[in-house]
Amino acid sequence: MTSATTVFGAILARDLRLAARRRVEVLLPVAFFVVSASLFPLGIGPEPQTLRQIAPGLVWVCALLATLMSVPTLYATDLDDGSLDQSLLAAGSALPVACAKALAHWLLTGLPLTIAAPLLGLLFDVEPRSVLALAASLLLGTPVLSLLGNLGAALTLGVRSGGVLLILLVVPLCVPALIFGSGAVVALDSGLSARGHFSLLAALLILTTLLAPPATAAALRIATD
Amino acid sequence: MTGRRSLIVRGLACSRGGRTLFHDVDFALEAGDLVWLRAANGYGKTTLLRALTGLLMPDAGTIARPGGDAPLYYVAHANALKGDLTVVESLRHHARLHAIELDETTIAATLGRFGLHARRHASTRALSQGQRRRVALAALALGRADATWILDEPYDALDAEGTAIVDALLVEHADAGGSALFTSHVPPAIDAGRLRILQLDAGLAT
Repeated sequence: MTSATTVFGAILARDLRLAARRRVEVLLPVAFFVVSASLFPLGIGPEPQTLRQIAPGLVWVCALLATLMSVPTLYATDLDDGSLDQSLLAAGSALPVACAKALAHWLLTGLPLTIAAPLLGLLFDVEPRSVLALAASLLLGTPVLSLLGNLGAALTLGVRSGGVLLILLVVPLCVPALIFGSGAVVALDSGLSARGHFSLLAALLILTTLLAPPATAAALRIATD
Repeated sequence: MTGRRSLIVRGLACSRGGRTLFHDVDFALEAGDLVWLRAANGYGKTTLLRALTGLLMPDAGTIARPGGDAPLYYVAHANALKGDLTVVESLRHHARLHAIELDETTIAATLGRFGLHARRHASTRALSQGQRRRVALAALALGRADATWILDEPYDALDAEGTAIVDALLVEHADAGGSALFTSHVPPAIDAGRLRILQLDAGLAT
């Protein structure tokens, strides 16, 4: 049996290499994020005050949807081609597999979204201070989304029309991250301290990091049984 | 044959979708054993193999692996290959997953043996079914000699040459002290003295 860290490293390296081979697919969530957010001014109207006000929530909602976009296929292809079995077998446990997949997913979607967010902040004429807060809230919040997305993907693995179930399962769990994430920027904009929001977001991240991977691992075990 | 046991199965029973496939399956794999698992379609060969790997929880019975840290390699129906990776990358990933140290000469020798050398930098998507099967089986040759191999239809999609390569690989593995349990629809062309047959029919293994 291979050590957990070796399996973790092997799967992470493979997923990143596979992503490098499919750059267009990897860029899709970021493209969706940027395009959908920049469509809002066209739909709502160019009133700067309104746009500035709704920008944090809007960017966060788009980030949430963009993150969930790539979730349904996370484990599905691995299950179909048999590589999930091999990964589970090598480790003797599903935990390193779940952790590696979640980290790979965040590196490929959450991190690019966090980097692209300040750009959208400028687009909506958000103050530089709030742009920073927005990026920081996404940096803390997108790992939560990736971990929960992973859990949803594992729970709906092998289920017919699992995509719908996945959205029903994961979106409600993501709501706290959305509220505190966008709330941090809104609080800052209205002259209040965002510290409380960031603390709650960080607590949420710690809680999800502790609870989601074991649950994902258990779900993977059930799916391959 | 050293007689060292690598796998001991006692009273194994599995069911799929509420139907009992087999029960009270008892057997042991010893070092140097080559076991051909036989049964008609739908009698649970794949289920048994998956239970042996630990991927599937049996309804009853125990599976012991007294071989200590001797690894278990499983080649399933699916080849576990990513179409975007090349042949060499696929083998390297397999080796990394199982913590196998690889050097260039081992890879080159294995690729040569499986007739894949010319295609080593081709993505596995561009390979034929038989070639993909060869890559999946070539990964076995990289691993440890004392490993237990669980192979689900290893001859699937292979041509005569490929079949002969796998036969030779199995015998060599058994000679080196490893053991293998495999299924096959066609009788393998392995010396009858070397091959043990495990019949899994009507729930009772003999």
